Amino acid sequence: VTRDSAVRLAVLLPDVLGTYSDGGNATVLAQRLRWRGIPVEVRRVTSADVPPVECDLYLIGGGEDGAQAFAADWLRRHPGLCGTLRERAPTLAVCAGLQVLGRWVQDSAGHRHLGADILDLTTVPGSRRAVGEVVSRCAIPGVGSLTGFENHRGVTTLGAGLRPLGRVVRGVGNGAGGHGDGVLTPTVVGTYLHGPVLARNPALADALLSQVTGAPLSPLELHEQEMVRRLRLGRGAVRGAARVVGDLVPAGVPRRRLRRPGDRGG
Amino acid sequence: MRSDFSTDPVPGAASPWCPERVRNPRTVMAVLLGRLAGWASRRLRIGEGAVISGRVALAVDPRALSRLAAGRRVVLVSGTNGKTTTAHLIAAALRTRAEVAHNDTGANMPDGVVAALLAQPSARCAVLEVDELHLGRVAEAVRPAVVVLLNLTRDQLDRGSEVRAVAARISAALARRPEVLVVANADDPMVVGVGRGAARVVWVAAGSHWRADADSWAPAGCPGPVPTWTARADAVDGPGGTSALRLSLPGAFNMGNAALALAAADALGVPPDQAADALAGVTSIAGRYAVVRRGRQAVHLLLAKNPAGWTELLPLLADATALLLVVNARPADGRDTSWLWDVPFEQLPDRPTVASGERAADLGLRLGYAGRRHRTEPDPVRALDLLPDGEVYVAANYTAFTSLTRRLTREAAGEVVGADPPTAPTGRPACPSRTGEGEA
Repeated sequence: VTRDSAVRLAVLLPDVLGTYSDGGNATVLAQRLRWRGIPVEVRRVTSADVPPVECDLYLIGGGEDGAQAFAADWLRRHPGLCGTLRERAPTLAVCAGLQVLGRWVQDSAGHRHLGADILDLTTVPGSRRAVGEVVSRCAIPGVGSLTGFENHRGVTTLGAGLRPLGRVVRGVGNGAGGHGDGVLTPTVVGTYLHGPVLARNPALADALLSQVTGAPLSPLELHEQEMVRRLRLGRGAVRGAARVVGDLVPAGVPRRRLRRPGDRGG
Repeated sequence: MRSDFSTDPVPGAASPWCPERVRNPRTVMAVLLGRLAGWASRRLRIGEGAVISGRVALAVDPRALSRLAAGRRVVLVSGTNGKTTTAHLIAAALRTRAEVAHNDTGANMPDGVVAALLAQPSARCAVLEVDELHLGRVAEAVRPAVVVLLNLTRDQLDRGSEVRAVAARISAALARRPEVLVVANADDPMVVGVGRGAARVVWVAAGSHWRADADSWAPAGCPGPVPTWTARADAVDGPGGTSALRLSLPGAFNMGNAALALAAADALGVPPDQAADALAGVTSIAGRYAVVRRGRQAVHLLLAKNPAGWTELLPLLADATALLLVVNARPADGRDTSWLWDVPFEQLPDRPTVASGERAADLGLRLGYAGRRHRTEPDPVRALDLLPDGEVYVAANYTAFTSLTRRLTREAAGEVVGADPPTAPTGRPACPSRTGEGEA
């Protein structure tokens, strides 16, 4: 694969949605391009910037509640960018970054904050926080199992036309029933997985990159990659998973008793 | 307001078992049983006895914390990084004037705080480091004279403690204690937010390089507070002039901790020059900054628990001839290793490096993506054997640090050292292997 110009990666709002180290996803993508001899340019698009609409791939990460509301308003102020994410450019959206691309996010007081309305999904607060290791089976052919660490209270319901990125076999994910995590559309890969998710799942990183380069990429061998995946996907991973019995259901909805040993904090 | 030490003895300091001022029979029982538990724990070599003695005392008398603190001048030290070091520095300064109760092992939950108080019933002063998530509860109980706020950054997010929520809780606690003098780091954005709401505050320019948790997206605030104290490379400027300070502890961040300590000591009546002499004598803190001789290696032990701590540590590593980085992810460390990607490992000096610890693979992967040549060996003692002679700098996170220092101590005593029983990882690689991808 050769390209005349550099691949342009845009990290959206690293100053706002950077709490959970999702900026590492850009580090991974850029390095995987460089190792293959493909030039790359990483743009950090902060809240003070006018967002570029011509980049090849966009990344948006997780953050705290106040930051998330700010990010949603910021996106809504930039319809050109929203159009790019909806129609053209591959986008990785993690946790709060996934939620703000939806129609609305409800806070614990019951107020609905409008999202960027790029995806037909909505999010309400769950009865308790989902914190722990996650394993899912990715819907993208050839990607296989995904490993990551979730830390959120959001329960995300996908619209009728949308399908999740992965089927959760350990952990919580979207938490709205059906064992789904995240969302997969022609442009958006959304997930609740931190880790960062692309560091733990190089096949997902390359699936995103091949959308940009338009061709499959040569394999890369990283010694520890195999170790990380074996340790997190194997039996050792069970210990760290958020052990919620049944699906995480929205607060107030009648439910069977949820049990999560070792739950400390909110 | 400056309140000098009085020369009056503490009422009831006579009995070593139970101070007279503890009159409540329940508290007397709590002290006795707590000490018994601590003694038994040390005797049976279960632990240092601090946590268990405090836990037992609190179980017997849930109000033991406030009853044991009553009548003492208490300094609380809290924040994300530097609590143990700064508390040691303040305690050293105050000891020039009085006996000081101090949770010096770093047991900073309420049980550890109680243990320190019941261990030294006659001490008129107490310097207590307090976990930032427990500062509100402890401040409510002990009625401190001074609260030192170092910094507030992301740490152990899996404990459900996003930094803004922690800051809000501390603000609320300080609002309930308007008489407290807050000694606050003027260079830490989150601490500035908390300090501005406090009734009485002394600002200290203690430095901070970590900006990633600041409210860059919030409406621009007023200009930063004007500091009364400022940390410099080899001195601290205070309201009464400049005090020369040659710390034995390394790093610019420790000069910041020292400036906060001088301000706190000054508030309790210890003049800065006198305090500075005491601070210079502090060398190693609960094993941190210790140098262990191991054959022809001088092993420098450094602790870093979160991305801000690691980022502050990186400049120190330039003095090393070899590097050992050790990361675990037990509950006390935070189970999520994502933070490794917030540390600019790209700035690591080019030295022989081994990634180690129970999460050696995650760390090694991060180093590979940072383009740093390294080897990966989960067992840190075996990893030391892979490194050349000379000045080996070890940076480790919390449980990795305590486990490694314990093993090195046993090794120095001539015992056969094995790894701690593994908790998480299975299927460790049999031998270390080289990753060359980073060179590409």
